[in-house]
Amino acid sequence: MKERTLTLALMDPPYESANSTTAFRIIHAALEQGINVNVFAYEGAVCLSLKDQTPHANPVKGTSVDDEEHPTTKAFVSSLLAEGAKRPRLTWVNCGLCVDERGATNAVDGVRRGSPADFFAMVGESTNTLVIPTK
Amino acid sequence: MTEYVLIESRDPFESRDTEFVEQTAIAISERGHPVTVFLVQNGVFAARKTAARFKRLTDAGLLLLADDFSLRERGIKPSELAQGIQESGISSLVDAITQPNTKAIWH
Repeated sequence: MKERTLTLALMDPPYESANSTTAFRIIHAALEQGINVNVFAYEGAVCLSLKDQTPHANPVKGTSVDDEEHPTTKAFVSSLLAEGAKRPRLTWVNCGLCVDERGATNAVDGVRRGSPADFFAMVGESTNTLVIPTK
Repeated sequence: MTEYVLIESRDPFESRDTEFVEQTAIAISERGHPVTVFLVQNGVFAARKTAARFKRLTDAGLLLLADDFSLRERGIKPSELAQGIQESGISSLVDAITQPNTKAIWH
């Protein structure tokens, strides 16, 4: 079968919606099937890859950072980028205007700054595109 | 002929606009296109036999799939699924939406 490429447009910010978890699952499943993935992170989704995220302890329960094993979305993004470093490839582009608005310039390694023009190009080269909008 | 994959993520008891998927699926099917409805996140609440939300779709022979991860998160067992709705996985969704001439619509 011809090489397949799936493009995803994400809009939800981290820790707000199950959409982010489902998007990560879709990306992982696609890479596992040998499908290239393009992600265009738009609006609040540019914060999914923000390097400044830190896991936290829970003072109410008296648990430490290690006890909590708090998952951060930046860790998921980094893991997926490592899995998609060669073939199949994961390309992750953050909308530059959305980044500037949020001051979210410090993204994890492998994330590229771009614009809706990149999304247009991604759509053109893809087998299909799935837009996961905010509700 | 174009295949359509409609992905429903919304709880039918939270918002009436989930009827959009049912109505759209029927309209597409009546025009002769194959339709798959994939229920994910709170959308799987509609998959329970006690909810009886998608009888028109199952009666029309459309393929209805419910995400296994979402079902487990919400404590819904496969035995609780309405007739005509199958437990599935995200890999099946990915495979379906990366076929040629397929449109994927998230709701």
